[in-house]
Amino acid sequence: MEDLFLFIVANYNYWASLILLFIGLYGMVAKNNLMKKIIGMVIFQTAILLFFVSVAVKRGASVPIIKFTADNQPILEATAYANPLPHVLILTAIVVGVATLGVALAILQKIQRVHGTIEEDEVLEDLRK
Amino acid sequence: MYSPSFYQIAPVIAVCASLAAVPLIALSGSRPNLREFWTFLAAGIKFAMVFSLAGWVLAGNVVEVDLIRILPELSISFRVDSFGMVFALVSSFLWIVAATYTIGYMRGLQEHAQTRFFICFALSLCAAIGVAFSGNLLTMYVFYEMLSLSTYPLVAHHQDREGRAGARKYLAFLLGGSVGLVLPALIILFVLAGTLDFAETIQTGIVPEGTGTTMVVILFFACLFGFAKNGVMPMHAWLPGAMVAPTPVSALLHAVAVVKVGVFCTTRVMLYVFGIDLMDELNLGIITAYIVSFTIVMASIIALTKDNLKARLAYSTVSQLSYIILGVALLAPAAVQGGLIHIVNHAFAKITLFFCAGAIYVATHKKNISEMGGLGRVMPFTFGAFAIASLSMIGAPPVGGFITKWYILVGTLDAGQLAIILVLLASTMLNVGYFAPITYKAFFGKPPAGVTYEPGIKEAPLIMVVPILVAATISVAIGIFPEYMMQFVKMVIP
Amino acid sequence: MIDQVPALIIIIPLFASLFLTLVGSLGHRFSYILLIAALAATFACSLLTLGLVVDDNQTIQYRMGDWPPPLGIELVIDHLSGVVLVLIAGCALLTAMYSLHPAKQDNPDRLNHYYALFILLVTGLLGMTASGDLFNLYVLLEISALSSYGLLARGRGPAYFATFKYLIVGTIGACFYLLGVGYLYIMTGSLNMVDLTALLSQPELQESVSVRIGFTLIILGIWIKMALFPLHAWMPNAYSKAGTTTACLIAPLMTKVSVYIMLRIMFTVFSVDYIFNSIAWSHLVIYLASAAAVVGMIAALAQSDLRKMLTYIIVAEIGYMTGGAWVANASGFIGATYHILADGLMTLCLFMAVGAVIYRTGDASKTAMRNLFQKMPVTAVVLVIGAASIIGIPPTCGFFSKWYLIQGAAQAEAWVFVAALLIASLVAAIMFFRLLEIAFFGDLDATDEHEGSQHGHGHHGPAVAREEAPLSMLIPMVITAVAVIVLGVYTKEVVNYFIIWSVPVGL
Repeated sequence: MEDLFLFIVANYNYWASLILLFIGLYGMVAKNNLMKKIIGMVIFQTAILLFFVSVAVKRGASVPIIKFTADNQPILEATAYANPLPHVLILTAIVVGVATLGVALAILQKIQRVHGTIEEDEVLEDLRK
Repeated sequence: MYSPSFYQIAPVIAVCASLAAVPLIALSGSRPNLREFWTFLAAGIKFAMVFSLAGWVLAGNVVEVDLIRILPELSISFRVDSFGMVFALVSSFLWIVAATYTIGYMRGLQEHAQTRFFICFALSLCAAIGVAFSGNLLTMYVFYEMLSLSTYPLVAHHQDREGRAGARKYLAFLLGGSVGLVLPALIILFVLAGTLDFAETIQTGIVPEGTGTTMVVILFFACLFGFAKNGVMPMHAWLPGAMVAPTPVSALLHAVAVVKVGVFCTTRVMLYVFGIDLMDELNLGIITAYIVSFTIVMASIIALTKDNLKARLAYSTVSQLSYIILGVALLAPAAVQGGLIHIVNHAFAKITLFFCAGAIYVATHKKNISEMGGLGRVMPFTFGAFAIASLSMIGAPPVGGFITKWYILVGTLDAGQLAIILVLLASTMLNVGYFAPITYKAFFGKPPAGVTYEPGIKEAPLIMVVPILVAATISVAIGIFPEYMMQFVKMVIP
Repeated sequence: MIDQVPALIIIIPLFASLFLTLVGSLGHRFSYILLIAALAATFACSLLTLGLVVDDNQTIQYRMGDWPPPLGIELVIDHLSGVVLVLIAGCALLTAMYSLHPAKQDNPDRLNHYYALFILLVTGLLGMTASGDLFNLYVLLEISALSSYGLLARGRGPAYFATFKYLIVGTIGACFYLLGVGYLYIMTGSLNMVDLTALLSQPELQESVSVRIGFTLIILGIWIKMALFPLHAWMPNAYSKAGTTTACLIAPLMTKVSVYIMLRIMFTVFSVDYIFNSIAWSHLVIYLASAAAVVGMIAALAQSDLRKMLTYIIVAEIGYMTGGAWVANASGFIGATYHILADGLMTLCLFMAVGAVIYRTGDASKTAMRNLFQKMPVTAVVLVIGAASIIGIPPTCGFFSKWYLIQGAAQAEAWVFVAALLIASLVAAIMFFRLLEIAFFGDLDATDEHEGSQHGHGHHGPAVAREEAPLSMLIPMVITAVAVIVLGVYTKEVVNYFIIWSVPVGL
């Protein structure tokens, strides 16, 4: 029991993003309201972004800008800095996510204009006519 | 004799002559005479090429042409040997005869879409010769499919409900068999043997030693039933359905080209892919012989019940085709010879019969046998030819069919299969049963009630009668002088 | 200069897309010419690159901005990706030529924006194919996906909702992929494919659960993107509601590129040994692929909407390729890769022909095919060639891909897959012959009242006016149809020059 507890606590960042992931997935799959689906999608994406960013963290490390010791020597140990690469990647992924959100909202607006509703079942009924 | 390089090109020309004619026919659609000229030109070139190759093959040569290497291990290639020559000679010659007849028939009935008809006709002949000359199973398969597709519009020619149903059934059986059975068999064979080229002799085959018996048996039957054009029951059902086509189509394609391609492929695979040794070892020949014996008898019995002349002829075809396979399946030299020569004998006799049916239809618009009483006195040439061709079907001397029966009987005795002799006897009786009454009633019967014929002869147009007489004459000739064609057959199996 | 050609493959369409958004005031003609010119240049560059690869017989590794890998982004063009690049650029060029009339019809306003999205999608696809970096691949995947959402939504009306669903599902797929890449990154610290290959071959990583989860997520994401049965539900609606040109561009290429990505992940990033020994899924996947082939074709048979029918055919074809990749032998791999090319061309062929029919008749159901042979003979012939290739009739390329696939399945003794391929072919045959029967002879039910007169000879049927598609549609159509046959006839060359080289070690 204690082991399990430790396992969860030690990797709490993974668990958090996992929970977010499932919340998002649930929203996308199960919600009837299309807006809520989009919200689910954003949560889903954010979960993955957090997962990536949390990987870069190191205990006691600082931002990846080279620091100098008192006698002006550069500190070149990897442990001293957080890993910058995930951040760079996630910056790109955020942009992708925003773009997706934008396109989704635009399409949603069109759906609302064409079908007069953003509830999935009502849209389907409208399509069947 | 020409230079050997000529013989390298000749098979290609023979196959492609009718292909080249297609655009010409299509372009001259508005000028029927020019259009028919192209058909004849192509047919003439094709026959000339085949005939010149025949002499070369008789001299003991085999022409092999590699056209395109399509896969690293496989090519589209031609191989002209005595086995293929038998079929190529018959079909290229009969195209000329049939083309003459077709023109008479199509113009006599003022059929629609004649251009499309002649285009498809030419395409199917290209495919038939392609099958005859193919050097490996892949090439054969390609031309086999081409034949199925190019004959589809011919079968559906009338475009009515019946025509389409027949054509659908036609394609369903043929494509179902070829794609569903032959293609996988082909690929598995290729995986096993690493080649699809036909064996050099009929003894060895190409199936490698050590292949599991079950696998060989599955492959064998996939080929036997997959080449559904051969009409072996239960894959024969398309044949009567396809008889809705115009009579020249039935005549050339469903008595000569299409069904013979099926039989040709089956026998080619039996002899040159599996080989006599393997078939003997696994008793595949005998099993096949019994399967086709069933078809022979059953189809004859069904033929007895049919009143529509073309339907009766169709079932007769189903039965006669199985003779060819029966002969080969017995594996005794004489029987194989008999089977193969039947490709020739049956072709001439059956095309005569179909031509007669067409001539009767054009002259009188009659389709049913029961309406034909007394008609022989009005159309003596047609029914005379019909009588001769029926004799060939029955197997009476001096017509070609007799030669077949003789060789197959000898072969059966050699093989010691007495049960098969009973089958042959029964089928001969049945043949008499369904052919003799037609001729008898036509000459000596009374016209059906309410119909009177004016005295005097009223035949179909001359352009139709001449081909009938030519075909019937040759049918007799190959009964009296069988040597020319037998040479080829004897080169296959001495 | 020639060293920079690989980069141009992506840069030209990217910048063209940028320009196209700005040139709205210059009119339709100008946008069209700009599009054609850019795609033609891209096509030339991809041909040139492929020529270089084949000539030197080695992979081109182009460093973007001259940053060395594994940190910098690499374009890796080998025989396989080179030939897929040519396929994409070629198909896109043909579709662009084709688009002159239908795109104007579908997009009366802001055609330049449509074209900008069009070429941006092509950029994404080309980039996905050329990229040698997993994360870069994700970004390009999303670029092509986003532009495809935009294009599909231009179909208007019911297209909006279909696109919305596609967007949701597509995002799930892409996110799965990204998550999987994250797992691999955590375990290896690298995103470069070649680098990953070396790192992943270490024994301790071969056994790692995290790597396995990463692989699973990536493959799952790609399967969603390529619409492998049973993850295909989003596709038929999204594609069949789209505009004519959009469908011609997206349907043949998007899924094919996803298949290519799957092959890359399976055999370049991971190894044959890992896929077929450590992860012993191949039986399951072959069953899935077989089900996809059969279910896809049968579903296609049931459709009355022409384009929906074609999209279900794609579902089946995806099954073919997946099965070929997972039977674990060289023939299957060759079949799958060859089928990427073959299927790209033959579906393009069919979509173009059907698009022309819809353009002329305004009807997307099977009745639109009535008397097609009389009305639009060239289109009809193109349709026949495409259909023959789907059925697998020689000498079209569809026959030879099926040949390799069945050969591979037979060698692997995956009889279920053999049966599925054959059943799918037969169902396809039934489907197309029903269609061609209508096209050739007219619709029987509609002509029932004339039945009596049809029996009479000399009946010529109602005179049908010839109404062929415009030349700008016919030319690309005919080129595609010819390509379907040429690819078939030159199968040996294609396999020997391009595909053989990319058969992974150990197959």
